Amino acid sequence: MKGGEELLTVTKLLRAFGGVLAVSSVDFQVKRGELLGIIGPNGSGKTTLVNLITGFVKPNAGEVRFKGKDITGLPPYRIVGMGIARTFQMVKPFYQLPAFKNLIVPLCSPRIKGLLGGSYGDRDAVALDLLEEVGFERDANVAYKPAGALPQGYLKRLELAKAMALRPELLILDELFSGLSLAEVASIVPIIEKLRFQGKTIIMIEHRLKELFRIADRVMVLNFGMKIAEGKSDEVMADEAVKKAYLGSEAG
Amino acid sequence: MKKRKERIDRGIKVRSEDVFALTSYRELLYLTAPRLLPVFGLLILVPLSPPYWQEIFISTAVYALLAISWDILVSVGLISLGQSLFYGVGSYVAGALNHYCGLPPVLTIPIATVTGAAICTIALLPVLRLRGIYFSMVTLVLPLMILRLVEATRILGGTEGLTGLSPFPNQITAMYLANCCLLVALFGFRRLMDSDYGLIIRGISDNDRSVMSAGINIHWYKTQILFLGGTVGCFAGAFGTHHDMFAGMPGFALDYSIMPIAAAVVGGTGTFAGSLLGAFILVPLSEILRALGALRIVFYGLFLVVFVVGLPEGLFHYIRRKYHQFERWVEVE
Ligand SMILES: Nc1ncnc2c1ncn2[C@@H]1O[C@H](COP(=O)(O)OP(=O)(O)OP(=O)(O)O)[C@@H](O)[C@H]1O
Ligand SMILES: [Mg+2]
Repeated sequence: MKGGEELLTVTKLLRAFGGVLAVSSVDFQVKRGELLGIIGPNGSGKTTLVNLITGFVKPNAGEVRFKGKDITGLPPYRIVGMGIARTFQMVKPFYQLPAFKNLIVPLCSPRIKGLLGGSYGDRDAVALDLLEEVGFERDANVAYKPAGALPQGYLKRLELAKAMALRPELLILDELFSGLSLAEVASIVPIIEKLRFQGKTIIMIEHRLKELFRIADRVMVLNFGMKIAEGKSDEVMADEAVKKAYLGSEAG
Repeated sequence: MKKRKERIDRGIKVRSEDVFALTSYRELLYLTAPRLLPVFGLLILVPLSPPYWQEIFISTAVYALLAISWDILVSVGLISLGQSLFYGVGSYVAGALNHYCGLPPVLTIPIATVTGAAICTIALLPVLRLRGIYFSMVTLVLPLMILRLVEATRILGGTEGLTGLSPFPNQITAMYLANCCLLVALFGFRRLMDSDYGLIIRGISDNDRSVMSAGINIHWYKTQILFLGGTVGCFAGAFGTHHDMFAGMPGFALDYSIMPIAAAVVGGTGTFAGSLLGAFILVPLSEILRALGALRIVFYGLFLVVFVVGLPEGLFHYIRRKYHQFERWVEVE
């Protein structure tokens, strides 16, 4: 597929909760194969933006286009079916189930059935392979432990594996690094770089600016629901409005 | 020297889920006995009981079916307070087909099972999206509304109901029909919940947003489960109506809503076997307590409270745990 083609186009997207404009007329585009970082202080509307794109929240106005098709307001399962997968900021595993069984649910989705035809082979084996890909050591048997017994670092990886299991074209990661140690972040970064190498398009929402800037092609900054800056990492950090937004709220 | 109780897992269950060969008849028996027990009980012991008790066991089977139907709805996170909706609809569909069209039970029961479930599913479809208590409220109100509708419009025999419906040839036929269907529902649902499909169902009740983000249409799955639970409930109604030779307003009564829930809770939810066990304790117990006259409901209530407080996990979960473990005393310093 040729690079540079627009994969996701968001125009004048708006959503209010009561009197709060959580997302206020945001426009942006993501090209195929690109990694877009989205940053912004707490409560600036990043998660809401993800929810709007993935159909978990309906917009009051505006439009989302994916691969040229209007997907505004479609239910989440339809949007996943078209090839957008997301992770949740607050991990949402099935706590009683063994970690690898958590992946059975996405592997049963109509998207995967459609992509691979009726027979998938052994779902458990596919699930175990996926977990190994995100850093579950095979010999340590972590994949067989109930998700409820896993530390945060593994739960975040599991969350990533659940999204990867859907074989998305666009992957949206909502604060995948939050709550992780530097070493854990350092071990996940190569996984993301590998996904990029495979040609996946990724949107990353992050508070960990240093790690994000190293891998992002482009960064967009939100504040009070509005886009205040967009561009290369260093350009964005030099921006006066961005400095002001982050002053006193985040050290960066 | 102190003593401490030590629990050891027998481990056969764990191994048997992989491909390990079973090493002895004892192990084979250990694994199959829990499955053979309900089959043996329902197909041999119960039909051998005296006629008076056979009658009670037939109504027990009806409540057990409603309890299993309740349990499958709970497994997808739908809490029904109106199992009588299924009983009543199944009962009236079968009754009407028999009374007005003269169809025999061989036809009315299957038709009522499927169309009744479809009617109930369609009736509940608008509230399926609602979470938690809202769905429950509607299931509670719907049978009561239908009840008043029948009373006010005098359709389907009005307050008199439809009487003189075709009975089953004899009690044994009725008993085997009910008990076989009970076993099919029990083992069928247990198998279903062990499959990947069941994993999705449990996932929906655990965390529906997570299942939605996995690209799965949760409303479609909920609809399927509602229909499945509906078939079991409507079968109970259609069966009961031919057994009683009567379809009427009592079909929508609260009894059919409360008893199944009590049975599932006493027996333990999420296993279907618990619902069966609970029904086979509570319904005969309520018969035995009949001798106490007016005090019956007091003792019955007391029993329920003691049970739920003493074994909040449910009887079946407790028995299952004990079965897979054995305990011994070990000395500790
Ligand atoms: N479901 C909701 N109902 C009401 N208000 C909401 C809802 N979701 C988000 N909000 C509000 O919208 C605003 C943006 O929230 P959002 O979660 O999108 O921010 P965020 O940028 O993801 O913050 P964080 O960095 O803390 O994750 C906040 O003021 C929040 O209180
Ligand atoms: Mg957020």
